[in-house]
Amino acid sequence: MLHNVYKAITIGGSAGSLDVLLDIVSHLPQEVNLPIIIICHLHPHDDGSMVEIFSRQTVLTVNEAADKEQVRPGHIYFPPANYHLLVEMDKTFSLSIDAKVNYSRPSIDVFFESAAVAWGPELIGILLTGANNDGAEGIRTIKQYGGLTIAQDLQEAAYPTMPGAAINTGHVDKVLTVAEINSFLHHLLNNTQSK
Amino acid sequence: MKLSDIENLEIQLLLEAVYCRYGYDFRNYARASIRRRIIQFMQLVGAGSISEMIPMLIHDEVFFGQMVKEFSITVTEMFRDPAMFLALRNKVIPVLKSYPYIKVWHAGCATGEEAYSLAILMEEENLGKRTTVFATDFNDSALEKAKEGIFPLENVKKYSQNYQNTGGKYSFSNYYQANYGAMVVKSTLKETLTFANHNLVTDQVFTEAHLILCRNVLIYFNKELQEKVMQLFDDSLVHGGFLCLGAKESLLYSKHHDRFREIDAKNKIYQKIS
Repeated sequence: MLHNVYKAITIGGSAGSLDVLLDIVSHLPQEVNLPIIIICHLHPHDDGSMVEIFSRQTVLTVNEAADKEQVRPGHIYFPPANYHLLVEMDKTFSLSIDAKVNYSRPSIDVFFESAAVAWGPELIGILLTGANNDGAEGIRTIKQYGGLTIAQDLQEAAYPTMPGAAINTGHVDKVLTVAEINSFLHHLLNNTQSK
Repeated sequence: MKLSDIENLEIQLLLEAVYCRYGYDFRNYARASIRRRIIQFMQLVGAGSISEMIPMLIHDEVFFGQMVKEFSITVTEMFRDPAMFLALRNKVIPVLKSYPYIKVWHAGCATGEEAYSLAILMEEENLGKRTTVFATDFNDSALEKAKEGIFPLENVKKYSQNYQNTGGKYSFSNYYQANYGAMVVKSTLKETLTFANHNLVTDQVFTEAHLILCRNVLIYFNKELQEKVMQLFDDSLVHGGFLCLGAKESLLYSKHHDRFREIDAKNKIYQKIS
């Protein structure tokens, strides 16, 4: 059913997303052979705290993404606070201090768009609860480059604005609850694992 | 050919055209960021594709001028990362004091906020009169703003707080005058500063320096260009000179790593030892 074509997963979340992200990460299998990059709006001074919090939820390696670092499978990455994160076509990270996008730095759009170009149809983009419009353009770009796009169910999202904006672009493939996202990732990652 | 490959080809041709026609070399900039800027500029001017802009920029210098403005990064603030300035005060300034004359090169100064911050620091350490801060950028319009030393007043609260966190000895208001919604920096600070056009990518060594600050510039370059610029800094620094990079930039993976020792790991301050 699920094809073993995906090489990366990126997840964007804003207001209300911390618990959801912790839920998703704690349900990941012990071995994952693709990278997961999480862009979550946080306070500009929260340096390193996300890495610490998420490390406690998983046996996977959780890192703050470093400039020019090679993206490695089995790792979960967060951007450093107050920087935009991007990925290059050779699958290395880049950082930028460009102006905020959608009042956000890191911006989900900025990472999603670069990831869409870098991974094309091999990318899954997931957009969770949030109170602004960040991520919608990113979802559009991921779709444009052939990737798979998922938004959190609006009924369930603590703040439906962000996934709602993405759904309104008409480029979301699946609208799922968190439990459905977990089971989707479970199937996908086990499927990918066995090959 | 995949969509991303076609687009990358268009970007490559555009950057080649810019280089051949105007001498600005963005070919080794980190591609994902430059792509974003190009796409944004394309949408701004209503072009249908990236390659459609190539003849426009070749034939229309004004069009190119607009584009190059979009390409340069001008996000900056006074005393950004106060802990770094505090580390400069405590770990670098005491060494610099032993020199009869101090040359600081601030590479990639954009609109000058950080250059003025340095000038304030040197003045407070009683080094203002024997220091020259060469602040350089390739963006002339940013340099013009920097020379004026007039910044929006709305940022003053943040700058003042930053300043206090650097171990500032006075009140930040000593260093500017509020004037019609703008902060005008104290004119004596300008005596320490020399603003000049210099392009890190295409120009050679700018000056011999005791301290080089280049923060959040290298992240916009690819690995190859990063190494080239590191060589430029290595060549410019006196023996025992200091290099200060951005908070998320590191010499750790550079081949110049062995030529420096780490003075402050968190604040990315290095000293040239060979």
